[in-house]
Amino acid sequence: MKIREVADIVQGVVLSADDMLDHEVEYAFASDLMSDVLTIPTEKLVLITGLSNIQTVRTAEMADVQCVVVVRNKKVTNEMVELANENHIVIIECSSSMFKTSGLLYQSGIKPIY
Amino acid sequence: MQLEYSIEGGDFSHAGFASSQVKRVLKQLNVDPKLIKRVVVCLYEAEVNVVAHAYSGIIHVLINTNEIVMKLVDKGPGIPDISLAMQKGYSTASDKVREMGFGAGMGLPNIQHNADDFKISSNVGEGTNLEITIKL
Repeated sequence: MKIREVADIVQGVVLSADDMLDHEVEYAFASDLMSDVLTIPTEKLVLITGLSNIQTVRTAEMADVQCVVVVRNKKVTNEMVELANENHIVIIECSSSMFKTSGLLYQSGIKPIY
Repeated sequence: MQLEYSIEGGDFSHAGFASSQVKRVLKQLNVDPKLIKRVVVCLYEAEVNVVAHAYSGIIHVLINTNEIVMKLVDKGPGIPDISLAMQKGYSTASDKVREMGFGAGMGLPNIQHNADDFKISSNVGEGTNLEITIKL
């Protein structure tokens, strides 16, 4: 699935890295624990999280995560957007809960890791 | 090639900067992306640990043709029981560290998992030294 389709499915707003919207993603992982995200070797991964701070973007950078969906209208700062643009990471802000966002993406064919 | 970075304890806004710089260098050197990920996951976890627990630290990264060696030397409270600190789920992190998405006792075990060789030593009241090696 293309990242732009992820944004449509979760009815989210794309905040960074528009140039990456046609990149493919296949799996998703939902967590607020960045150490947990750093244990995942999987590629083409969407991170669904309620944690919105600069370390969320740093973690995505280190873990080669191309798309981060920030749920429940958590505020994404300009600093986060800037860092995400530098690293070609798409941040999508959406208003749904982590549970609903995960459900919508799962229903649309995005696979779990475990 | 040798790289060196300073880390300030408690400075979460810059935590990960050194790891990010190292990632850029390794990409420029055309290192396999899977190896780069192992290197930067180790370094980032270690960098966050220094920010979270120490007063200051220095990162030395040595890149040669067959391995990457990362040494992190910090000034801080040290670790009284290293075997306990290496256990998954054990952490002494503050609430601030947990708010940043860390402090679940997963960092050191994850470094060990990703590294080909991992050494840790610590003196209470002085600081902690890590040496992480990844073979190319």
